[in-house]
Amino acid sequence: MLAWTVYISFFGVLVLMLLPKGNASAARKVAMATAAAGLFVALAGFIQFKAGEILTVAKMPWIPSLGLEFHLAADGISLTLVLLTGLAAVGGILFSWNIEHRTKEFFAFYLALIGGVYGVFLSFDLFLLFVFYEIAIVPKYFIIAIWGSTRKEYGAMKLAIYSFVGSAMVLIGLIAAYVVSGGHTMNLLELAKYPFPHSFQLWAFPVVFVGFAILAGLWPFHTWAPTGHVAAPTAASMLLAGVVMKLGAYGCLRVAMTLFPEGLEAWKMWIAVLAVIGIVYGALVALVQKDFKFVIGYSSVSHMGFVMLGLVTLNTIGLSGAVLQMFSHGIIAGLLFAVVGRMVYERTHTRELATLEGMNLVKAMPFAVVTFVIAGCASMGLPGFSGFIAELQVIIGAWQAFPTLAVITGVGIVIGVAYTLLVMQKAFFGETQSKVGYAHDEEHEPSPISIPERLGAVMLIAVSLVVGLYPRILLDLIIPSFNSHLFDWVKKGGQP
Amino acid sequence: MNQLPILTILTLLPLLGGFIVVGIQDKRIARCFALGLSYLSLALALALWKSFDATNGALQFVEKHEWIPTLGVQYFVGVDGLGLLMVLLTSIVVPMALLVSDRITDRVSLYHGLILFLQAGLIGAFTALNFFHWFIFWELSLIPAFFLVRLWGGANRAPAATQFFIYTIVGSVAMLLSFLAIFHAAGKMDFIELAEMGRNGSLAGALSTNLGWYGLNSKPLVLIIAGGVLLGFAVKVPLMPFHTWLPSTYAEAPTPVTMLLTGVMSKMGVYGFIRVLLPLFGLQIGGERAQAVLLTLVVITIVFSACAAFAQKDLKRILAYSSINHLGYCLLAVFAVVKFTNAPEFGTEKAAALNGVFLQMFNHGLTAATLFMFVGFIEQRSGGVRGLNDFGGLRKTIPVFCGLMGIALFSSLGLPGLNGFIGEFLIFKGVFPLTPWAAGLSVIGILVTAIFILTIIQRVFAGPLNEKWAKLPDLTLRERVLVAIPIALMFVLGLWPRLVLDVINSTAVRMVEQLKF
Amino acid sequence: MNYLELLKLFAPETIVVVTALVVLAVDLTSMRELETRLRFSIGGMIASVGCAAAILGILVIPERANTVGGMMAVSPLTQHVKICLLALTVFTVLISIEAKFTSHVGEYLGLILLATVGMMFLVSAQDVLMVFVSLELTSLSLYTLTAFNKRNIKSAEAALKYFLFGGMAAAFMLFGLSLIYGLTGSTNLHAIATALAGKGLDPLLVVAIVMTVIGFGFKVAAVPFHLWAPDAYEGAPTPSAAFIASGSKLASFFIFAKIMMIGFAGAEGSAAFRSFVAGWTPVIAAVAALSMILGNLAAIVQRSVKRLLAYSAIAHAGYMLLGLMANSSEIYLSLIYYATTYGLATIGAFGVVALVENSMGDDKLSSFVGFSKRAPVAAFAMMIFLLSLAGIPPLAGFFGKFFLFAAVLKPGASSLGLLWLVVLAIATSAVSFYYYLKVLKQIYVVNGTDRKDATNVSWFAQVVLLVMAILVILLGCFPNLLVGGLQACLASSG
Repeated sequence: MLAWTVYISFFGVLVLMLLPKGNASAARKVAMATAAAGLFVALAGFIQFKAGEILTVAKMPWIPSLGLEFHLAADGISLTLVLLTGLAAVGGILFSWNIEHRTKEFFAFYLALIGGVYGVFLSFDLFLLFVFYEIAIVPKYFIIAIWGSTRKEYGAMKLAIYSFVGSAMVLIGLIAAYVVSGGHTMNLLELAKYPFPHSFQLWAFPVVFVGFAILAGLWPFHTWAPTGHVAAPTAASMLLAGVVMKLGAYGCLRVAMTLFPEGLEAWKMWIAVLAVIGIVYGALVALVQKDFKFVIGYSSVSHMGFVMLGLVTLNTIGLSGAVLQMFSHGIIAGLLFAVVGRMVYERTHTRELATLEGMNLVKAMPFAVVTFVIAGCASMGLPGFSGFIAELQVIIGAWQAFPTLAVITGVGIVIGVAYTLLVMQKAFFGETQSKVGYAHDEEHEPSPISIPERLGAVMLIAVSLVVGLYPRILLDLIIPSFNSHLFDWVKKGGQP
Repeated sequence: MNQLPILTILTLLPLLGGFIVVGIQDKRIARCFALGLSYLSLALALALWKSFDATNGALQFVEKHEWIPTLGVQYFVGVDGLGLLMVLLTSIVVPMALLVSDRITDRVSLYHGLILFLQAGLIGAFTALNFFHWFIFWELSLIPAFFLVRLWGGANRAPAATQFFIYTIVGSVAMLLSFLAIFHAAGKMDFIELAEMGRNGSLAGALSTNLGWYGLNSKPLVLIIAGGVLLGFAVKVPLMPFHTWLPSTYAEAPTPVTMLLTGVMSKMGVYGFIRVLLPLFGLQIGGERAQAVLLTLVVITIVFSACAAFAQKDLKRILAYSSINHLGYCLLAVFAVVKFTNAPEFGTEKAAALNGVFLQMFNHGLTAATLFMFVGFIEQRSGGVRGLNDFGGLRKTIPVFCGLMGIALFSSLGLPGLNGFIGEFLIFKGVFPLTPWAAGLSVIGILVTAIFILTIIQRVFAGPLNEKWAKLPDLTLRERVLVAIPIALMFVLGLWPRLVLDVINSTAVRMVEQLKF
Repeated sequence: MNYLELLKLFAPETIVVVTALVVLAVDLTSMRELETRLRFSIGGMIASVGCAAAILGILVIPERANTVGGMMAVSPLTQHVKICLLALTVFTVLISIEAKFTSHVGEYLGLILLATVGMMFLVSAQDVLMVFVSLELTSLSLYTLTAFNKRNIKSAEAALKYFLFGGMAAAFMLFGLSLIYGLTGSTNLHAIATALAGKGLDPLLVVAIVMTVIGFGFKVAAVPFHLWAPDAYEGAPTPSAAFIASGSKLASFFIFAKIMMIGFAGAEGSAAFRSFVAGWTPVIAAVAALSMILGNLAAIVQRSVKRLLAYSAIAHAGYMLLGLMANSSEIYLSLIYYATTYGLATIGAFGVVALVENSMGDDKLSSFVGFSKRAPVAAFAMMIFLLSLAGIPPLAGFFGKFFLFAAVLKPGASSLGLLWLVVLAIATSAVSFYYYLKVLKQIYVVNGTDRKDATNVSWFAQVVLLVMAILVILLGCFPNLLVGGLQACLASSG
């Protein structure tokens, strides 16, 4: 059933490629239908799923000579992220409804990316996982380079190179692990049981972990993220922050940490320190940005720090917090980028905070302001939204593992509040009021916030609220997942 | 509990109402609707008051449902005398604030919606008994407050609002971190259960065993954790030196919002001290050194704020500092009652002090809100002027205004017969035997308060008439009715405090019982 | 063994030779008057049919035989490789059909087929003499193919360079092989192996090995013997370059591996990290490492796409050399898979370059601007080819790399001694991603003004390219199509 998320997406790509040229509205509809179908499948899977199981979705030999399988499966963690992907995909399309330039190609790349992401989250064969992982990388480049803004080619290339370097590191680790374990299988469930030699884990873990963590925006490997986010078109920023960064974090958890628990034990302190530096540094840098989108870009770095910190706490509460934070940040960051990229930038054609300050947007586009305020509140981790409960769990976990870092994290939260407020002030509640409104000239009345935008915003806000107020809806899936034998290392407290 | 979930209704009513109000386009309808809702809340709160069993100091109207079991989160609400009093106060001050909001003409529905959100946050925070959703409401009240200041405030609203928000958030984050540590150690978020652990000392034990922090032994560790919680509340009250956000925020906020901020929101801090900090960390706060530090801070707060009020020239700022001063008395009592934790002989004093605190919270809420209302009136008439020295001889031009405001001022001063007196009296009665030195020093605060309040009366009401204000119109009938109610309440409570005391006494007694560690 | 049997065994080669002759004859006799395009179509059709018939022939003849006193061997493995070779030839022929650089259609196609025959023999060769003879047959054909664009002076220059270097390489190789003969008294690979077994590293043997490696190094254009390649690729007619880069590489690597694995079985040494043992593997390791580094780095700065592909070919030669390091039978599998899929993608890429050249007049990067609008299908195909070359899953190039690297590491799984090479390979392939992306950027991203002189791209060429692209995708998604068969062969031949 869940496998159809992957199939549908790629089928959508195929359909889009076969569409006649120039029919933008058909392309939009096909893309929307595909994404919605994916979301529907994800939801159906979500409803049917029994907590704690590892649901095999598809399993057949693929390359028998190497023992590689086409093995799709889902546990609660995968399912949560699959659901996120579905939501982000639909949201992204709603916010790129107005794309007129090479629409067909845009959505084809977009759906290819989505398909890859679904695939990563569902793969239980590491080779397959890597295949999907790379499938997700390539379309990003084109989406940003073709449809982006501000230094788009630079941003796209930087992102692509970083991703590729990361995946090269992952590949090194995976091949080595495959060979060392005897070269019979890449099945995650099998490899997780294989006792890799200690000395091997010591080097393989950081290689694979950092390889994935590059995409997760772990400091100091994060520099692609702000430029990439800024350059990307709205939908791509939403996906980048919403799901692609999660790919990295997911890979860290699913591959690096699961395969090499001893390596993890040896390196966890370092990673936790980097994660916390990321939290504080990302927030500090966001504080001084002049470009609206850069603020959000750096805030993503900061929030992903929570994910990484949660992962290395090595206790169930921290880990489940990390997974929840992945979900939550996916939704919230998507929303923030939607406001900045679609609602504000495409109408005002500027992202300079100084310029926006003079536009008095609070009067000119109230809907965008309300959306941003809500998203901003969610982003700064105010209770009631999903971000709060996730960060709460991460910090509880951190109290157990790294108490000092937990306290420093608090500083990060405060700075997070500060930059969110600051950017809100500057962008929307500017006092200068040199002119009211944002139309460049009187003849071209800027378009009002469109229906798809409203739909998308409401959907994402609702999800964040629901999860924030009733996190059991996800936690009941996530937490039992950590009882499976894949996560034996959690029970042992990371001890080999 | 199969009865009506009245507390939930009280919380949800303004919350949902807020959403509806925001969506109403017509200003008049929005205003009426919001006002109607606040009346409805008031009615419900009065009903609650009526059906509250005054002889029982335990929690009543309890609702408890599983929420997030893995985090030990339950939906758990209930009120005792203190909570009830606060709910009532909220329900009184909100309609007052709404009634004087008629000067707001810009984005009316949003404004009213935010006020209702604020009310929901306040009531929620006063009834929640599980850290999780208590914190949700705690923060929920902050956001509308921020925007109310930010969007409708005075000229310097932007820095004021931001300062307010950042200060409060710093406190909240510190508190959150502490609570997460507590949860990590104890596995609970339930205030009542945590209080039990705090009482029998197992909380400190759990913290030191489960929270390995570089071999810090239990004492400093628990102090750090307690410090985090304390910071969260101290900013809100505020306790000096965490008060700097308050004067500018109160001064910049529109009058109705200031009424809410000082009348109710500042009580959240005191409430938090009593509900959370004392039961959980009474043992630590009651320690000799902690006592010394905290009481010193409180005395400083009381004396300095009074002096600062005296030095101010802006009426709003004077009242703002006076607010700090008045809540300082509450904190004085709060910190004092945990002293001598093993000495049963001070039982009555402690109960008196706690009763005083409760009363003072309610009274200050009422009085301060009313005072700000008056300042709002005069500001409205003078076109924004509200300096201490800008007026003079108003007694002649607007006698009704001066008379009524004088009553409120005297109430604030603590004149016997008015409501302010009885609270402060009880506090000092309780605190003097407990910590004579702190109480003694605090008396200076009372004296200075008397001085600056009398200064107001002298400079504004009496003295030579400033010709500029010769044609100032007096209070309209509507305004008179508006202020008549709180003034009447001041008299009623001043003359017949048992109306409230009967309800809260059993709670106070019970708390004193439970504060024996 | 009588000649009839021999003929039967080598029926495929015979068919190809006959086809070559037929193409020549038909073109010379009856097509002189027709226009080039038509002649190419007809000739190409005949050549393709011939190759197809040869493939069919391979499928029906016996699977295993040792002939001519062990000089030639036919085994399921060699037959598979031949099929791959023939397929690559067919695609080369198909992308030549649009060519405008020559009017000597018959000769051109005939030479391609003859080169193919040489490669097929090369694959079967078991004897160093046979190896040399087949290699020369191939090379001579390729020299000529390089020079085929008589209108372009660069073509002649390229051919001359190629020829001189190739001749030199042949001399080196011959020298090395003769030393081997002197040492062992035999030209048969198995006999050489038996003679060398247990002898240790004789200085003379070292010289012989080095000479042979140098010889092959020239053939496969590995650093530092690569200097001819960029010029030759750039100057040669594009389909010829494609053929040099694809079919000839597959065959050369196959025989290279065979000589090294079988002939010098006793003298591998070890290139494992921090435990080098003298032998041929360290030599190859060094050459491979240099090729990967230099090929990829030099490709970054190229402006001409053909030169870029040439440097990428050098880099890929480095990867394939890596395959020789693992002394196991799996190496054949991975090497053949890699070389075949690489060949497919390269032919495709050159095919696209040929299209661009036809319509824009040159192969500069800037000429690719807007190609995605002019020829969306070909542009898509180009994306597939280049991404496959870069090793992006799920395309064939990725699987080839994975397979190769895993095979290299496998024998020393416990110590992972060759990991440094694999790390280097993966790191440089990350670099390669950059320059392939640069080409794709020109095609898809850059918004240039439409050049007026651009001509249309024919649908036939686009369809051919699309078919190849689909093949690349299919082979990537289902590598078992190729690997499964190969593995069965390997298992049966032991």
